[in-house]
Amino acid sequence: MRSGTKRIRLVAMAALTALTFATAACAEDGGDGTTPGGSTGTMKTGLKIAFLPKQVNNPYFTTSDNGGKAAVEEIKGSYSETGPSEASPSAQVSYINTLSQQNTDVIVVSANDKDAICGALNEARQAGAKVVTFDSDTNPTCRDLFINQATAEGIAANQVKLISEAVGPDGGEIAILSATANATNQNAWIELMKTELGKPEYAKLKLVDTVYGDDQDQKSFTETQALLAKHPNLKGIISPTTVGVAAAARYLSGSTYKGKVQLTGLGTPNQMKAFVKDGTVKAFALWNPADLGYLAAYAGGALASGLITGKEGDKFTAGKLGEYTVGKDATVLLGDPFTFNAGNVDQFNF
Amino acid sequence: MSEPAARIRRALGTWDVVVLLALVAVAVVGALTVDGVASPRFWRFVVLEAIPIALIALPMTLIVITGEIDLSVASVLGLTCSVMGQLWVSGVTSLPLLIALALLLGAVLGAVNGLFVTGFGLPSLAVTIGTLALYRGLAYVVLGDRAVANYPTTWTTTAIQPLPGTTIPWMILVVAALAVVFAVVLHAMPVGRGLYAMGNNAEAARFAGVDVRLTKFWLFVASGAMSALAGVFWTLRFASARADNGSGLELAVVAAVLLGGVSIFGGRGALLGVLAAVALLGVLRNALQLAYVPANTLTVITGSLLIASVVGPNVAGMLRERLRRRRTTTVSPSS
Repeated sequence: MRSGTKRIRLVAMAALTALTFATAACAEDGGDGTTPGGSTGTMKTGLKIAFLPKQVNNPYFTTSDNGGKAAVEEIKGSYSETGPSEASPSAQVSYINTLSQQNTDVIVVSANDKDAICGALNEARQAGAKVVTFDSDTNPTCRDLFINQATAEGIAANQVKLISEAVGPDGGEIAILSATANATNQNAWIELMKTELGKPEYAKLKLVDTVYGDDQDQKSFTETQALLAKHPNLKGIISPTTVGVAAAARYLSGSTYKGKVQLTGLGTPNQMKAFVKDGTVKAFALWNPADLGYLAAYAGGALASGLITGKEGDKFTAGKLGEYTVGKDATVLLGDPFTFNAGNVDQFNF
Repeated sequence: MSEPAARIRRALGTWDVVVLLALVAVAVVGALTVDGVASPRFWRFVVLEAIPIALIALPMTLIVITGEIDLSVASVLGLTCSVMGQLWVSGVTSLPLLIALALLLGAVLGAVNGLFVTGFGLPSLAVTIGTLALYRGLAYVVLGDRAVANYPTTWTTTAIQPLPGTTIPWMILVVAALAVVFAVVLHAMPVGRGLYAMGNNAEAARFAGVDVRLTKFWLFVASGAMSALAGVFWTLRFASARADNGSGLELAVVAAVLLGGVSIFGGRGALLGVLAAVALLGVLRNALQLAYVPANTLTVITGSLLIASVVGPNVAGMLRERLRRRRTTTVSPSS
C-alpha cells in the first residue's frame, strides 16, 4: 500500500517535470518585427505605455505616474501603472518580464538597481519594447533614453538664487547643512554652489560653514542648532537634502530665529508645507515629478513612433512642456529645478 | 473496495496530489484565458523565479518535517551575495573558487544555527529570527549600500542559459538533481523515516535510535549551503551583489513548504507537494500579473492561499478523524 502511493508520487513528479519541459519546448516565437521608417513626424496612436516605478503606493511615484498618464492620454495611447509593493530589484524584474510578455510598446521605469534589472530590460527590448528610465537610471546600455530630473549645475544655481532672494539685497553669512560628508552628489553640488557664489551678483553672500546631518533627522536638527549658536550673524541656510531641510525647518520654526534666519533647500511639498505657511521657509526646490513623468511618456511615445532613436541631437515635442533635445549618453534633461512657494505648494501631494 | 480503486482514492486524498492538480488546473486555465501564459517565454520566467525558492525549499521541507524551521535562509542568501561581491572586488576571479567559498560560508552560517538549536536546545524559531537579523546586518557590514555588478558577462549569461532547443534555464537540471537527492533521503532512506518520527515525537524518535541532535544539526548545515547556492545563482542572474538581495524570500519559501502540505507542527509532508507548490505559486503570480492584477491584490491572494493551505489539511484531517470515529462507534455495538 505505502509503496504504491510512493510510486504514484514518483510518477507524478516525473509528470510535473515533463510538463514544464513540454510547455517550454515549443520554439520561441519570433515576436513582431518592428517596422522601420514611416516616421512622418506624427506620434503613433494606441501605443501601450507602462509606468514601472520603484514601488507602488509611494506618493512621489503616484505623482510622476499621473503626469505620465496625462501625457499618454494626450497622445491617445493606453496607459498602465504596475510595480512591486516593495522597492526591490528582483521584484521589478518580474514586472519587466510581465510587461515584455504583454507586448508593451514603452516601458517607463525608475530603477531599483542600475544593473540588476538590465538583463530583463534588454530582453524586453529584444521583444520590441522601448525603455525609458526616469528618476533613477540604469546602465546606459539597457535603456533607450534617460529622463534626467535636474543637473548638478542646475541645482547649485537654483539653491544659491533662492537663498539670495530670501536673505535680501544686503546679503550676509550663509551656511550649508548637507547629508553625509562623503555623499558624492552632495559634494558635487556644494562645489558648484561655491563656484556660483563667486559670481558678482552674489558678492554679498559669504559661505561661512558646511555641516553634516548625515541624512538623519535628529542629527540634522542638532547640527542646525549648533550652527546658529556658532555663527550669531548667520542670515541663511541651504540644505540640499530632504531630510536636512525638514529638520532645519522644524528647528527654526520653533526658535527665535524664525523669519530672521532664512532657509532653503531641496525638499518635498508634504514635508515642507507647514513651514512655508508659518513663514519659516519662503521657497524651496525640487523637480516636479508630474512633469518628469509627463516628459518620460512623450519621450517613450516619440521613440516607439520612430520619431527619434535616442541619439544626441534628436528633437521631439513633449506637449505642454515644449521641445526637448536628446543630450549626451541618450539623456533628456527635464529642466531647471522646480521652485515651491506659498503660492503653489498646496497643489502637490508627495 | 477493490485494490486499485483504493489506491487511487488514497493518492487523491493526499495533499501533494491536490496541489499538483491545482498546478495543472491553474496552468491550463491560465493558458486558455490569459494572453501569454501559453508562450514558452512565460515558463522561462516562471522557472527563473522559482529556482532560488525551490533550492531553499528542499532542505526547508526536511527541517519543517522535523518540527523545526529556518527563517534565516534569505539572510544567508544576502550575506553570501555580499561576501561573494566583496571577494570578487578584492581579486578572487575564479568562479569555481567563489562558488566553493560561498557554499562553505553558507554551511558555516547554517552550522551556527544548528549549534544554537541542537547544542543549546533553543527553539529554532527564536534562533533563526535572531540570525535573520544578524546575517542581514553582516551583509550590510560587508557591502554597505554598494552593489557589485561588474561580473564577466559569460558568467551572468551562463547562469540563465536555456537548455538547447527550449527556453528553460539549464539550472532546472541542478534543481531536479538536488530534488532527487533530497527525495531519496526523505522518502527512501531510514533517516527519512527518522525525520518524520522526530516531527511526530522527538522523544520516541530518540528511543528508536535516531540521533535527533546530529540529524537536525546537519539539516541546518544543508539549509545554509543550499541558501548559499541560491545566493550564487541570485548574484549571477541579476548580475548584482547587494546586501539586500533576496530580502523577504524566507516567507516565499515557507509559504511554498506549507502550501505543499508540510505540517507546520512537523511529522507530515512530502517533497512532491512542496515542489508543486513552488511551481503553483510562481505560475499563479505570474499569470495574475499578466492579467493586469495589481500588486496589492496579488499580495492579498497569496496571503489567503497560504492561510487556506494551513487550514485546509487540518480541517480535512479533522473531518476524516470525525468520520472515522463515527464509523467505529456505529460499528462497535454489533461486534
